[in-house]
Amino acid sequence: MNEKRAPGFWPLAAVFAAFVLFLYGPMICIFVLSFQGPEGGLTFPLRGVSLHWFYKLAEGLGTVDIGAAFRRSLLLGALVMLFTVVLSVLAGLAFRKKLSGGNTLFFVTVASLIMPSIIVSLGIGLQFRLIDTGIKSILTSMDATSMLEGYGTALGLLTSALGAHLTWTLPFGLLIMFAVFNRFNPAYEEAARDLGATPWQTFRHVVLPLIGPSVVGIGMFGFTLSWDEIARTSQAIGDVNTLPLELQGLTSTVTTPSIYALGTVTTVVSFLVMGVAVALARGLARRQVKR
Amino acid sequence: MNKSTANTSLPAWWQAAPFTLVFVLFFLIPLALILMVSFWNFNEYELLPGFTFKNYFSIFEGCTELTDNGDICVTLKTYFSTLKFCLLVWLITLLIGFSVAYFLAFHVRSQGMQTALFLVCTVPFWTSNVIRMISWVPLLGRNGLINQTLTGAGIVDQPVEWLLFSDFSVVLAFVHLYTMFMIVPIFNSMMRIDRSLLEAASDAGASVWQTLWNVIVPLSRTGILIGSIFVITIVMGDFVTIGVMGGQQIASIGKIIQVQTSYLQFPLAAANAVILLAVVLMIIWGLTRLVDIRKEL
Repeated sequence: MNEKRAPGFWPLAAVFAAFVLFLYGPMICIFVLSFQGPEGGLTFPLRGVSLHWFYKLAEGLGTVDIGAAFRRSLLLGALVMLFTVVLSVLAGLAFRKKLSGGNTLFFVTVASLIMPSIIVSLGIGLQFRLIDTGIKSILTSMDATSMLEGYGTALGLLTSALGAHLTWTLPFGLLIMFAVFNRFNPAYEEAARDLGATPWQTFRHVVLPLIGPSVVGIGMFGFTLSWDEIARTSQAIGDVNTLPLELQGLTSTVTTPSIYALGTVTTVVSFLVMGVAVALARGLARRQVKR
Repeated sequence: MNKSTANTSLPAWWQAAPFTLVFVLFFLIPLALILMVSFWNFNEYELLPGFTFKNYFSIFEGCTELTDNGDICVTLKTYFSTLKFCLLVWLITLLIGFSVAYFLAFHVRSQGMQTALFLVCTVPFWTSNVIRMISWVPLLGRNGLINQTLTGAGIVDQPVEWLLFSDFSVVLAFVHLYTMFMIVPIFNSMMRIDRSLLEAASDAGASVWQTLWNVIVPLSRTGILIGSIFVITIVMGDFVTIGVMGGQQIASIGKIIQVQTSYLQFPLAAANAVILLAVVLMIIWGLTRLVDIRKEL
């Protein structure tokens, strides 16, 4: 440690420190300001410390039902997490074998990752509206008037919005699986197979425990990316809104620290998920070492 | 052994099928529909299937000549404005991202410290973008921390107005949100550089700058390219950041598409999306050519 630092270390260290301050400084500010006293405003100074704005938030902001949006986003995030984990792991396993068309699939996945989100969102919104038109014309031709009146739209949280989120989270899942299997030693599987294990037993008792921590990581990506997603959801959700969409709408109308309180709450959820993921991944890794 | 490889083809496809299905249903079909509908007609109530270039013409209406005030048409103006943001944000994120990645890869010696500092840079990626945007309000606002400091110190008499809801705050927010997309791929490329090359360079008498420019930069080019593609495609299609940080006053292509969608003018929005996609693809193509040419030299 006493060795002389390479030239350029201190200036670069200063750049790095400034960058970290730039990253976290503003977030810490709104975290502090969300505990603003009842008299306080959107900016410093703090006028007392209280939970006043959190209570205000719980009562609802204007016409927006924050609680409902919160539950919708949690549900969607959990589902996206589940789908991302299962589909990415399956696809990752498939890519290890001879997969004809694998290159095309990989290209499409990467294209989805870098495609401007507004285009994806518009496309899905358009698709579901055309589906609506189709269903309505079928119902009309069948003279099913009561069903026609009852039919709203196919757009929704668990249809179009779920699909839109998956186009964003699955590419990350697949890339993580690639990184995992690049470093994976196939000798373990071969040993299991030689000992007479079925493909399922090999996967369940050999491969899965080895890739477990990374699978937890994929789950964390799935949830947090869905929890904060706006651009791809915006045109593809219909009448209901997720929490980030409500939040985006509130930025121009709410002028009290309640919006900071909402920011603190959503950030806490993100950090909780990250914390659980890290703890779980560490636990799995430790169990592996013990065995 | 032969038997097992012959048999893997079918199960492999079964395993990849659900994953593939998602991209067919929610990516490929929607893109095809955008292309199709961009040639459709529409009235106030419904979309009218057909084949017309009307939507494309109406986007570029009046773009062949200057307006009476000597201005260019709205579409071109919006594209220039978006490209300007793109170039600025790309330059700044590249500079910061490269410096940070370089520091992490070559100056931080212990691996544990490296991982920890890398995570510090990436954690905000998993938190909400809108929150990170509005977190600038208490700093940049009219009565924000910066204006309080400036007026308090007597540097300015009036609070500075251009800090928030301006081009400045938009660029600042982009850099704040997306530098991560530069750091991660560049850091990844740098970690793959064989350290003995650096020793060889210094043994051959290269200065730090020469090593940086002639060894590290060329070997990090894949990371630089990937990071650039991320940042450029995000900024080109953005409407959330420009909306929130521009106080809903600054135009962007993404915003035009969003507004047209909300008025249910799908064919127009689709035509705009096709043009945007073409522009983005041209930029990406140009970037990959740039990198290939460097390789050949």
